[in-house]
Amino acid sequence: MIPELGHFALVVALALAVAQAAFSFIGAHTGRRALMGTSRSIATGQFLFVAAAFAALAYSFVSSDFSVVNVVQHSNSKLPWYYRFAATWGSHEGSMLLWTLMLGIWTFAVAVFSRHLPERLVTRVIGVMGLVSVGFLLFILLTSDPFERLIPAAAEGQDLNPLLQDPGMVAHPPMLYTGYVGFSVAFAFAIAALLEGRLDAAWARWSRPWTTAAWCFLTVGIMMGSIWAYYELGWGGWWFWDPVENASFMPWLAGTALIHSLAVTEKRGTFRAWTVLLAIVAFSLSLVGTFLVRSGVLTSVHAFATDPRRGIFILLFLVIVIGGSLAVFAWRAPRVGLGASFAPVSRESLLLANNVLLAVALAAVMLGTLYPLFLDALHLGKISVGPPYFDAVFFPLMAPAVFLMAIGPVASWKRAALPDLWLRLRWAFGIAIVTAVLLPFVFGHWSPVIAFGLWLGLWVVAAGVAQVWQRFAGAPQRGFAAKVRAQSLSWYGMQIAHVGVAAFIFGVTIVKGYETERDLRMAPGQHTTIAGYDFEFKGTRDLPGPNYSAIEGEFDVRHEGSTQVFLQLHPQKRTYAASGQTQTEASIDPGLTRDLYVSLGEPVEGNAWGVRVYYKPFVDWIWGGCALMALGGFLALSDRRYRLKRAATEPAGAAAQAMRP
Amino acid sequence: MMKFVKFGVPFVLFAILVGFFAVGLTRDPREVPSPLIDKPAPQFQLTRLESPDHEFSPEQMRGKVWLLNVWASWCVSCRVEHPLLVQMSKTQQVPIVGLDYKDQRVDGMKWLSTHGDPYVLSAFDDEGKVGIDYGVYGVPETFVIDKQGVIRYKQIGPITQEALDRKILPLVKKLNG
Repeated sequence: MIPELGHFALVVALALAVAQAAFSFIGAHTGRRALMGTSRSIATGQFLFVAAAFAALAYSFVSSDFSVVNVVQHSNSKLPWYYRFAATWGSHEGSMLLWTLMLGIWTFAVAVFSRHLPERLVTRVIGVMGLVSVGFLLFILLTSDPFERLIPAAAEGQDLNPLLQDPGMVAHPPMLYTGYVGFSVAFAFAIAALLEGRLDAAWARWSRPWTTAAWCFLTVGIMMGSIWAYYELGWGGWWFWDPVENASFMPWLAGTALIHSLAVTEKRGTFRAWTVLLAIVAFSLSLVGTFLVRSGVLTSVHAFATDPRRGIFILLFLVIVIGGSLAVFAWRAPRVGLGASFAPVSRESLLLANNVLLAVALAAVMLGTLYPLFLDALHLGKISVGPPYFDAVFFPLMAPAVFLMAIGPVASWKRAALPDLWLRLRWAFGIAIVTAVLLPFVFGHWSPVIAFGLWLGLWVVAAGVAQVWQRFAGAPQRGFAAKVRAQSLSWYGMQIAHVGVAAFIFGVTIVKGYETERDLRMAPGQHTTIAGYDFEFKGTRDLPGPNYSAIEGEFDVRHEGSTQVFLQLHPQKRTYAASGQTQTEASIDPGLTRDLYVSLGEPVEGNAWGVRVYYKPFVDWIWGGCALMALGGFLALSDRRYRLKRAATEPAGAAAQAMRP
Repeated sequence: MMKFVKFGVPFVLFAILVGFFAVGLTRDPREVPSPLIDKPAPQFQLTRLESPDHEFSPEQMRGKVWLLNVWASWCVSCRVEHPLLVQMSKTQQVPIVGLDYKDQRVDGMKWLSTHGDPYVLSAFDDEGKVGIDYGVYGVPETFVIDKQGVIRYKQIGPITQEALDRKILPLVKKLNG
């Protein structure tokens, strides 16, 4: 009964989504207040029905209802309840439903938090989001019904993919999807503004917090995926340039460009057409990414062919949403006009350079990701484009972007003087160079790549410190605390996010430069020493789990030359009962300056095992940097100026003027 | 008018992309002719993956029908075909030589120790120069080379059970026979 109710709720949600789009557009077009007034409540209703459908599916999973095909294929009664719950989005159908739920939540949030914005604009925004909902709900109902029954019911489920049976996987997809789908708000604002022909600073200010929020969630989502890959795949790698990862990374790059471009549009009224295009592109990439991943075209060869309806639907949907919005862009954007002019050396120019570099990097990642797909679509065979390509094109593009990132916040709008920039940043520049040259000697060996990476990170930090210092020194307030309070949250957010980028670069540089990896065969009692740590393999024992049986290895870790065991590591090799798949669980001792990482490979003869022992210096800084970026974003969007009601009524230029700190 | 052309560029680009998708959805599978088929396999001299002191050249395989399989530890699709190669190596129907393409020596060896080593040996092509001679534009690729050192077949992408049963093994049998 519950699955049928869920299915019914989806049908109702579809009807409401159609009404939401139709009433909103007609209302906004004709200016009828009564119609426009309905859009918020219909959107809320649509969200509630999608949530009900999701709850029904989650209930089917948690209660192990094996009369539902989806549950049989992706769950098992021996799974702990939290993984049964997480299995709700472990399948294609379930993840599409999660996507739609996220869209409902974002629409609901727009309905609630945008009461101070012009009625017509918000109505159009909700209308656009309603259209996207219609597409997704149709897709689910027509081609990917998660509630399909299996009569007679199965006795037991086939189990969730062991890779997904992990706490990281419980949180990772919802986070990622929150980010993905969040770009739909920026997208809807862009389309609504294009339709209104009103792309001004006010529009940028209204869509900015939504974009930043989505970007933060996406950052956290990608970070969690990376952490998960690090400890769950047993290789100690944190980024593989895998198509699935790239699918989440491309919207992130577009989103990063977008939040910077929005800043220019808000403050100076320039870059309007480009900002709108980026908003469309960011969400389009979220759509393409979701479908590329979920339809499996990139991972399994002929997913389109197995269910041609899905492939055709996807294509039609992409054509309507992306093609339609790009057509609107081509039609309306020429009227947007140019904003204020700016000098070649100015904050605008620096942000423009940042945008161009990010866009080119995005294009490069996209080419690498889709190239195999093109070949496959033309039946030229299936190939992989791997890290050699991505490393070669990505890092040279990002290095100048990061270098300019440190200068951008210091440069003034409209026109900046190079001598003045040099005057303000020369100390930071000098300190960064000297430290970067010396620091590798502290870590061990010196190489130009390591010094360069450290220099980039140090440069960002030093320039940030210099800027904070000068800002405080120049502030008119008396007393340090008053000076600190006088700065806006969004300014702090920006500084923290930039320091996050620096922390990320430190992490990547040091772990790539100084990590020690050892793959070896170890029999019980044998020792191996890496980076001053002595690992002794004590042996293995059997350990039963809820739905698997594990072999757990025991390792004693000592500092080299000491007899004191300061750490024990217990990596596991699990065999899952239902599927027979094996899974490696690495054992990691994390630390601020290094991770110790042990994972079991394969058993060799006797009691000996293939063992991977890794020393990963500063690897946690990679994710710490991501967390700082997200934190910076969250700080920026809690800035007071986004909540000011009067902003809505004032003309854009005056409002922007008044808001400037 | 020029303005509309300029702002229409993203739309046109997207339309081309869609064209690609659409063609991909409908087009029938077709063979890719490789210019290397029925040509002598390009010669090279590379060190062996597991022992940098020993070298390998295709000349050493003369008189045998053999497979040259291009792989890399960073290649995701290689993991798809790898179990088939391991299985095939157990039956000893045909020697398989690996070409570890644009890889790190340590990564490559690690990969083989985890996933199994089906190769009589692997040549180590860290700079990808040999890959250029063989027209490798993606990994994995597999060449069937006959007793005279002539390339007789090229498989682009992972070897499937079907390709193995229908093309590669019958061809090997014919060339051996």
